[in-house]
Amino acid sequence: MTVDETIIGAPARKYKEMGRIERFLGHDTYRILRNLLRNPISVLGLVLLGLFVLIALAAPVLAPVKEGQDPYRIPRDGYGAVPQPPGTVWKTRQPPIPFWWKYVMPADKENQWIHIMGTASGQWDIWYGVIWGTRTALQVGLLITAVGAIAGIALGAISAYYGGVVDMVIMRIADVFMAFPFTLAAMTLSAVLTPVLGKGILAPMVALMAFSWTGFARLLRSDILSVREREYVLAARVTGVKDGRILFRHVLPNAIFPTLVLGSMRIGSYVITFAGLSFLGIGAEVGYADWGQLLSFARDWMTNLSTYWYIVVYPGVTLILFVLAWNLVGDALRDVLDPRLQGSR
Amino acid sequence: MLNYIIRRLLMVPLLLFGVTVLIFAMLQALSPVERSALYVRDIPKNDQALQGIIKRYGLDQPIYVQYWRWLVGFKDPQSGEIRGGILRGDFGYSRTASQPVGDLLARRFPATLEMALLAVLPVVAGGIFLGVIGAVYHNKPLDHIVRIFGIIGWSLPDFVFGLLLLMAFYAATGWFPPGRISDWADQVINSPVFHSYTKLNVLDALLNLRFDVFWDALRHLVLPVITLAYLWWALTLRVTRSSMLETLRQDYIVTARAKGLSERVVIRKHALPNGLMPVVTLSGNTVVGLLSGVVIVETVFNYPGIGMAAARAAVNLDVITVLAFVLLNGLILVLANLVVDILYAYIDPRVRLD
Repeated sequence: MTVDETIIGAPARKYKEMGRIERFLGHDTYRILRNLLRNPISVLGLVLLGLFVLIALAAPVLAPVKEGQDPYRIPRDGYGAVPQPPGTVWKTRQPPIPFWWKYVMPADKENQWIHIMGTASGQWDIWYGVIWGTRTALQVGLLITAVGAIAGIALGAISAYYGGVVDMVIMRIADVFMAFPFTLAAMTLSAVLTPVLGKGILAPMVALMAFSWTGFARLLRSDILSVREREYVLAARVTGVKDGRILFRHVLPNAIFPTLVLGSMRIGSYVITFAGLSFLGIGAEVGYADWGQLLSFARDWMTNLSTYWYIVVYPGVTLILFVLAWNLVGDALRDVLDPRLQGSR
Repeated sequence: MLNYIIRRLLMVPLLLFGVTVLIFAMLQALSPVERSALYVRDIPKNDQALQGIIKRYGLDQPIYVQYWRWLVGFKDPQSGEIRGGILRGDFGYSRTASQPVGDLLARRFPATLEMALLAVLPVVAGGIFLGVIGAVYHNKPLDHIVRIFGIIGWSLPDFVFGLLLLMAFYAATGWFPPGRISDWADQVINSPVFHSYTKLNVLDALLNLRFDVFWDALRHLVLPVITLAYLWWALTLRVTRSSMLETLRQDYIVTARAKGLSERVVIRKHALPNGLMPVVTLSGNTVVGLLSGVVIVETVFNYPGIGMAAARAAVNLDVITVLAFVLLNGLILVLANLVVDILYAYIDPRVRLD
């Protein structure tokens, strides 16, 4: 497709032909994707993320549970207090063996389901916790970010759009919410909400959401305020476009990218905070498929951690990789989208 | 300048008011019975006595009356003594620690302060150093190493890092134990010949010339301090690096280089003072962040500071204690931000103008 601009009086210039994909995605999205895929760091992040999504989707195949059982409740092999090392054979209440097991094990052992990653104290199976915990982590991270970002975007847009007293009030409320360190605020609100919402992952999730909107609101507000002064907004106003249409068609689409980047960069830290609360014993019940909850078992074995290393290493490394994946993608996304950084790298 | 400070000062009461309102709002989620822990040590079991307590302390009064009483305390109609009142430092009674919350925080505070003070210098100095290295050697191998170091630190959950450290340096080697002090050293500290001047064990041991106690206290602090430091290094180095990169692109740096100054002078005299401005803001946050980030770190290392007490209270839903702790943190944060902002306006004239 070539565009001849002589019609509007500009010198004739041939644009580089747009590819099929580029036309389908739109130029900006295409450029962002292309830059992301060119950067080895972000590719590593994307691959890791893809892996986690696959694990989450394949959880029922990787770690099948008995029919009718809550998969987020980690199956346990008895009630013994001492952790069992990886490779120990399931003894009691063994969940079904996954179909792929016979392909990876020699024939004489294919009917034997083992604790692939060992068990924690109380004989909770770490493999099940890690696999199903991937679903928990994805859900928790995405939900908290989505709610926080949507609330923040709404409040930020209202604040910037109306200005004056409304802006004052919303921003001062944001200041108050930001006067508390995030982890502490989340911990406190979870403790307050737990009697209301019941013991479980809901209370810490709501608590994290309640304190996550401030960053988004502030960022979007300041970006809208700067975009609002651009010439094309003025042009739209001069031509008589209605306020609502200006906000949604001209201002928001141009101001929202940094906020979305912030979202991708925050997911990792929300998952860390959530896991940290579980680690302290707030939120996820004992035996819930959550990495932080699994890690809290390590607190009972401080002096023997070198013997029972698998309680820390498997869920811990999984959590680190998960957060790393999000951070790598977020970091690269920021570099791609932040025009100030372009040309300097 | 004065104008700016005045405007900034005017914000403080407003913020403090907001902070107390938010905390008080969370208190309202508790039942009046639970809230009576604000004023009485033992909550009675039988119904009649409960109703008496609720009446006596006005826990069924309108919200604004309760808020005021919570803020300044009020005279007990029966005994005549003044009860409650966070402004008087009376935060109620801690169920989990079986003592007044104020006493609990005061008793546990030196331990936390000791840890935070030891961490703050390595955090700020190390973070700035690494950030400057990254910016000066931009896109060279050294920069990449610094970046990877930062991104890992940023992705490392503090409790996982702490547990891994414990695994390697305590469980496997026995070098750096968890806790605050060994039993024998604790006995020395509590003995009459040992003077606790500051309640900070490391310092007191030095002042008493007990180097064995000093070494023991220090040994317990190594791992928590490393854990705290690494996480904040990541942040400080990111901010320093990007701000220095920005500064190094400025015209006056080109000028400085063009007039033949050595690279050392350009960086030390021209780039650093400007590039470190955002770090000033961050350092204020770091001090506060260290004080609050201790909740998880203290729990991991079994270190008896206010963070661990707060975590224990939160797990046991002892909301009165947690709220007092968070309120304290909120107040410190508001005041620290005030100090940092004024400091910032002092060193950076551009801020004063808008």
